[in-house]
Amino acid sequence: MAAPLVRVRSLRKEFGGHAVLRDVDAEIGRGEILGLIGENGAGKSTLVKILSGIHPPTSGTVELDGRPVAFRSPSDARRAGVSLVPQEFNLAADLSVVENVFLGAELLTPRRTLDGARMRARTAELLAELGASVAPDDRIDGLSAAQKQLVEVCKALAFDAKLLILDEPTTMLTRREIGRLFAVMRSLQARGMTQVYVSHKLAEVKTVCDRVLVLKDGELVHQAPIGAIDPPEMARRMVGRELKEIYPPKRRAAGPPLLEVGGLSSPGAFTDVSFTVREGEILGLAGLVGAGRTEVAEALMGLRPCTGTVRLGGRELRSRSAAQAVRSGLSYLSEDRQGSGILPGFPIAENVTLVSLPAYCRALGLVDRARELQSAATWRERFHVKAPDLKAPLESLSGGNQQKISLAKTLDPGPRLVIVDEPTRGVDVAAKQEIYRFLAELAARGTALLLVSSELEEVVGNCDRVVVMREGRVAGELAGDAVAERPIMYLATGVEEATA
Amino acid sequence: MNALWQRLRRLEKERYAAFAALAILTVVSSFLSPYFLQPENLLNILRQVSYTGIIALGMTYVIVAGGIDLSVGSMAAFVGTLSVLALNAVAERGHGDAAAVSAAVAVALAVGLLCGLGNGLLVTKGRIAPFIVTLGTMALFRSLSLYIGDAGEFRSASAVFGDLGSWMPLGVPLPAAVLLGLAALLSLAFSRTRWGRYTRAVGSNARVARFSAIDVDRTRLASYGLNGLMVGVSTVLVAMRFNSVGTSTVGLNYELDAIAAVIIGGTAMAGGRGTIWGTVVGAITLGVINNMLNMVGISTYLQGTVKGLVIIGAVFIQRQKQS
Repeated sequence: MAAPLVRVRSLRKEFGGHAVLRDVDAEIGRGEILGLIGENGAGKSTLVKILSGIHPPTSGTVELDGRPVAFRSPSDARRAGVSLVPQEFNLAADLSVVENVFLGAELLTPRRTLDGARMRARTAELLAELGASVAPDDRIDGLSAAQKQLVEVCKALAFDAKLLILDEPTTMLTRREIGRLFAVMRSLQARGMTQVYVSHKLAEVKTVCDRVLVLKDGELVHQAPIGAIDPPEMARRMVGRELKEIYPPKRRAAGPPLLEVGGLSSPGAFTDVSFTVREGEILGLAGLVGAGRTEVAEALMGLRPCTGTVRLGGRELRSRSAAQAVRSGLSYLSEDRQGSGILPGFPIAENVTLVSLPAYCRALGLVDRARELQSAATWRERFHVKAPDLKAPLESLSGGNQQKISLAKTLDPGPRLVIVDEPTRGVDVAAKQEIYRFLAELAARGTALLLVSSELEEVVGNCDRVVVMREGRVAGELAGDAVAERPIMYLATGVEEATA
Repeated sequence: MNALWQRLRRLEKERYAAFAALAILTVVSSFLSPYFLQPENLLNILRQVSYTGIIALGMTYVIVAGGIDLSVGSMAAFVGTLSVLALNAVAERGHGDAAAVSAAVAVALAVGLLCGLGNGLLVTKGRIAPFIVTLGTMALFRSLSLYIGDAGEFRSASAVFGDLGSWMPLGVPLPAAVLLGLAALLSLAFSRTRWGRYTRAVGSNARVARFSAIDVDRTRLASYGLNGLMVGVSTVLVAMRFNSVGTSTVGLNYELDAIAAVIIGGTAMAGGRGTIWGTVVGAITLGVINNMLNMVGISTYLQGTVKGLVIIGAVFIQRQKQS
C-alpha cells in the first residue's frame, strides 16, 4: 500500500479542559473516499476542523504527504491542498456565485485587475459538472438552500485540492441532487482526489465510501473497509447499542379535521394549496427542495402574505403575524435553526420560553423566572437533554441537544397544531429516534402535526398520510399503504419512472 | 465548587470590565489630586454626567435592540425650547410657579416621547436604516429650535424652576438622583420583564424574534419612545440648571457622550447584549476622566481627544475578549 496522504497521531483537542477528541491515530489513504461517522458530539466535526485549519489541536500531529503540518487558518490549509465544505453556509449573501467561489483567491489578469472572464468560465464549468441550476452571476441571497450548498462545493473545488472534506453535505439536498453529488465525488476520485465524507446518513456512507472510521466520545472505536460493514453495524458501533426500530409504530386512529387549508396561494411561492390535518394525526408535507413546502408553513404562521382560506377547528383563521398564529394554537419549528429558530447566546431556559413568554409574566410584564426554570427543567427531563445548567448559553450544547431545545420552544405554548420543518436536520440517529417518539406521543395526545421534510424515509416512517408538492402546487396525496418512497418520489418529480 | 466555577465562567466579562476600569481610574485620580475624593467634587462629577447619563439609559435600549439614535442632542434643544416656551406661557397668564413648572415638565416629556416615537416609526414602518433616520432628524430638530429661538436663548420666567436645578434632596443633586432612580427602574425592566427580554432578543437576531411570535416593530418602537422620553427628562433638568435654554448650545455632542457611555459600559454595538448599570458606570467613567484632565491642567480642547481614544479603546478591548 502506498504511503497515506494524511496521517494523524495522538491527536487531542480540549475545550476548556473538556476533551472532545482523545488521542486519535488515523490515516487517510490516497484517492479513497473515507466515511467519518459518529453521533453528535463524537468529535467528527472537531477532527475535520483541525484538518482544515479552523482549530489547532491541543496536542498531537497531522502529517500531509509525510510532512508534519500546522495550519494557522482555513486559507492556510486551502493553500496546502485541504478544502472543506462546511456544514453551515459560509457565503456572502450580497455577492454573486462567481465572486463567492473565488472569494479571497481571485484570479487576476497580467495587469492585476480581476479576470472576470476566466473566473466565470471556471465557475460555469464547475456548476455544470455538479448539475446545478445556478448561473455564475446569480446573487447568493436569491438561491435556495440546496443551491447554496452546491456553491459551497464549487468553492472547495475551484482550486487544486488534494483532500476535499465534506461535512454533512447532503442535509439540504434532495435525493436527485444527492445522486448528482455522489457522481461528482466519484469522478473526482477517478482523477485521484482524496475525500472525507462526514455524515449521519449511514446508507449514503455505504453507497459512496470506500472505508469507514467510527468515532465515539472522541475516540476512534472502529475502522473497516466498506465491504465489511453495513449500516446496522455502523449504527451499533456509533452508539454502542443496537437501534432496533428508529420509527415508533404508526397510529391509524385520527380524530376530526382540525386544520383545513383551501386554495392557499402566495405569489412567487405556491399556488392553490389545499389539505386537511386531523387531530392526532401526523400529516407529511413532502416534495423536493424548492417545491414550496416551507413557504406554505410560513404562510400558515402569518410570516408570509397569502390568499385563500385557513380554518382551525371550524373557525376562520387569519394570521397576519406569528403572534396571532400562536395565540390561535399554531406553533412552528423552523427548518433553519441558526437563522430563525434559536438565540445561541441566550440562556437555555430563555430559549425554551421564547415563544411562550407571555404565559410566564406577572403584572407589568415581570417574568416569573422560577417558573420559567421549572418549565425548562421539565422539558430537559422529558427530552433527555444533556444540560447541567439551564442558565448556561444554548450554544454550549451539542447540535442535537440544541434541536431538542428548539422543539421544546415550539411545544411550550401548548399548541393544537404543530408544524415541524426538517425536525431532525443535522441530528444523530439516537436523537432522531427520540424526536420521532416525541412527535408520536404528541399525536397520541390529540395534537395535530404537520411534518415538513425532504427526507423521504422520515416522511414514510412517521406519516399516515402525505401531501406531496411539486413546483408550488399540490401534486397529490397518498394514504395508508400507498405511503412509500417510490410513489412520493414520482409525485415530487412528476415522472413515472424511478429517477435514480 | 464546580458549580461555582461554572457560574464565574458564565459572568460576562465585559459587564464587569467597565466597573474595574472605573475603580482603577478612581484610585489613579485620587493619587493625582488630593481634591478628587472630596465629596463636593464627586457630587459635582455625578451631576455633570447625569444629563447625558439619563439619555444613555434610553440609548442602551435602542442599541441593544439593534438601533442607534444620533438625534438626541438636537432633540434636547428642540424639547428644551418648547418646554421653556410652555413654562413662560403659563407663567405669563399669572398661574403660579407650580403650574408653570408642571407645564414645562409635561411638555418636555410629551415632546421627547413624540420625537422618539417619530424616529421609531420611520425606522420600523418606514423601513429606513436608523442611522439615516436619526441623522436626518438630528439636522431637523436642531434647525427647528434655532428657527423658533432665532438661534438665541430662552430665559425661564420662573425662579422656582431654576432653584430646582440646584436642589439636592438628601444631599444628592437632583439630576443624579433622577439618574440613579431611573437606572434602577430600567435595569429591573431590562433584566426581569418581557419587554427587556424582547429587546435583547430583537437585537440578537430579529428574524429569530419574528419567527418566535415577538412583535419586532413594536419592541423597536418602544426603545425609541423610551429614548425620547429620557431626552425629555434630561432636557428639563438641564433647563432647570441654567434656568434657560440656549437653542444653539443645549444638547451639543450629547449623542456622542450618550453613545460613548453605552459602549464603555460594555453594550455590544451590534445589539443583543448590554446592561443598564454598565452604562451608568460608562457615563461616570467619562466624567471622571474629564475631571482628572481638568485637575492636572490639560487643555479642555484636548478632552475630546481623550474621549475619542477611550471609546475606541473600550471597543477594541471588547473585540479582543470575544475572539
